[in-house]
Amino acid sequence: MSSMNRREFLQILAAASAAGFALDARWVWAAGKGESLYELKKFGNVHLLHFTDCHAQLLPIHFREPSVNIGIGGASGKAPHLVGEHLLKAFGIKPGGIEAHAFTYLNFEKAAKTYGKVGGFAHLATLVKRLRAERPGALLLDGGDTWQGSATALWSKGQDMVDACKLLGVDMMSAHWEFTLGDKRVQEIVEKDLKGRIEFLAQNIKTSDFGDKVFEPYSLREMNGVKVAVIGQAFPYTPIANPRWMMPEWTFGIQDENMQKTVDEARAKGAQVVVLLSHNGMDVDLKMATRVTGIDAIMGGHTHDGVPRPVIVKNAGGQTLVTNAGSNGKFLGVLDFDVKNGKVSDFRYKLLPVFSNLLPADAEMAAYIEKVRAPHKAKLEEKLAVSEGLLYRRGNFNGSWDQLILDAIMEVQGADIGFSPGFRWGTTILPGQAITFEHLMDQTAITYPSATLTEMNGEQIKSILEDVGDNLFNPDPYYQQGGDMVRVGGLQYTCDPNAKIGNRIQDMRLAGKPLDAARKYKVAGWAPVAEGAQGEPVWDVVARYLRDKKTITPRKLNQPKLLGMKGNAGLAG
Amino acid sequence: MNTTRRTVLKGATASGVLAGLIAAGALRPTLVLAADWNKAAFEAKDTAGALKGIGATAASESKDLMLKVPDIAENGAVVPVDVVSNIPNTSSISILVEKNPQPLCAQFDFANGAVADVSARLKMGQTSLVKAVAKADGKFYTAQKEVKVTVGGCGG
Repeated sequence: MSSMNRREFLQILAAASAAGFALDARWVWAAGKGESLYELKKFGNVHLLHFTDCHAQLLPIHFREPSVNIGIGGASGKAPHLVGEHLLKAFGIKPGGIEAHAFTYLNFEKAAKTYGKVGGFAHLATLVKRLRAERPGALLLDGGDTWQGSATALWSKGQDMVDACKLLGVDMMSAHWEFTLGDKRVQEIVEKDLKGRIEFLAQNIKTSDFGDKVFEPYSLREMNGVKVAVIGQAFPYTPIANPRWMMPEWTFGIQDENMQKTVDEARAKGAQVVVLLSHNGMDVDLKMATRVTGIDAIMGGHTHDGVPRPVIVKNAGGQTLVTNAGSNGKFLGVLDFDVKNGKVSDFRYKLLPVFSNLLPADAEMAAYIEKVRAPHKAKLEEKLAVSEGLLYRRGNFNGSWDQLILDAIMEVQGADIGFSPGFRWGTTILPGQAITFEHLMDQTAITYPSATLTEMNGEQIKSILEDVGDNLFNPDPYYQQGGDMVRVGGLQYTCDPNAKIGNRIQDMRLAGKPLDAARKYKVAGWAPVAEGAQGEPVWDVVARYLRDKKTITPRKLNQPKLLGMKGNAGLAG
Repeated sequence: MNTTRRTVLKGATASGVLAGLIAAGALRPTLVLAADWNKAAFEAKDTAGALKGIGATAASESKDLMLKVPDIAENGAVVPVDVVSNIPNTSSISILVEKNPQPLCAQFDFANGAVADVSARLKMGQTSLVKAVAKADGKFYTAQKEVKVTVGGCGG
């Protein structure tokens, strides 16, 4: 093996494993000592492990990173708005290897077959245990979007994930989609299940009448003789992006001023390290780091950006590291601080991809997962159709999974135009793979799943596209919501992301003809945020379509023509 | 959450205790005193007209006038607005929503020595600049911020 280093050797082993060779994962693990992906030397005296936006994916899955993730204005050309080769170049990652596969969409189909699936709580548990063994006192932080995203999480009202997180040893969490289980359910879990085990933190949630706190804003712990504060920040725009009627008595928002007060209070109580566990989204975190001082690191989520290294933001109080740890259980962030003389003197950070072929399953977690799935196994594993093409969701404008959903809801409901929400969660299916009911639920499992058919005139359609476009491309991150553009079926348009609201969406055409502002069109959609919306769950509509088709041909993506985006590092090629 | 306080206050509102405080002169909302009703300003259809109506055509920006509004409204029907003026001798605070059909939403007058700290819930039909105008010693000061009103959905 003289001409081959250990990492390359491991990659070959992974390939062999994917090709069906019997491979003892424990042996790979042992062989990895030295230069393995997971050999991470302990540094300093304060240790934080962070995962976020796992979207209830208990089992290993495939997840393709985006090829379109545009940054506008000051965000252009910088992390997290880097895709493919741009990302590799910025972070000095060698093309073609296992890390290039983890962080980019490049050569996805082939690499996914070579390196296998990612994530899975049993594999994550092994990694967490190993890192914890080396890092006494380490805290495990969960950024939220944990209790939503799978069939079993929906059917158990989040319970399967709550118990999995307790087993995994999560210490603290913040939240977003959790609230779509309803405020009462969230409070029930926090009071009954999490009490004494997992701290649910959110400085930015108050009662909407008197501004009283609803959850603890932060936690102060001692780790290896160092006082560490962790502040929680829930997704600021939950009542806007999701149905407000599900949490009617709470108000959210970014709340910079209260954040500063919370940091100052924690410092006054002796915190030598202050970490923000954030569900702001990375662009909002980057702006917040310029405005709020005294935070050593913002460990972020929401925008699902797998960012290999922290962005260091200088501010009036020194500097703040900003990280984002991807989604779907694919990554675990490891942040080590060296605290000397009462303050942070240095740090190390690594965003570890969780490759399930390289990490043996933790037996206890694997047994737990099997147990929660057992009653639903037949339903979950129903094969609805076989996909000939790659099905993925993530990307600013469309994904092949969304195109499939659009094709289904438009055909089944006889619509001219289809809208599908710009969610960033949802797993990936490789060509030739069967689409099971579980896979369909990975894309659609929400508590307001109604499929809808609405008459809208051309003017209304434009105003919706403009509105959502501004939530994505407003140059001020505090006016963004962190979702992607609404996916559009049937309707072609041109988008100028640099333009202002009202002018971004141009040249809308249906079958080549300009959209008529006054004419009514039938628009199919799903996930209505209004209270009392009626309609069959979208998964039933799409399941019928899939069972009927049996074979799903590669999808033709309906994407807008883009203006002014030439050379943007958030675009492939 | 302070449930007791909430219950007590609900009762207080019902029995008119707050109304009593207002009548006692601690706070004088313009609406209470019909004589002070600035018809021209409140009925103006644009911001320029409303500002003219309250006499604030030449207001200067002030850091001592703090306007707290959400970046994006959670509910356009009830947008919370807090205004605090640390400008000495502040005698009134007005709140305007530029794109509302009638931009002037509220005007608060303060008796001598009252703390110029007000909160209101405003209705907004669309994304707009929200403007606070304070009057002190005959001069006008202003602060403004955009509040986005969006159809919602599609996030995350």
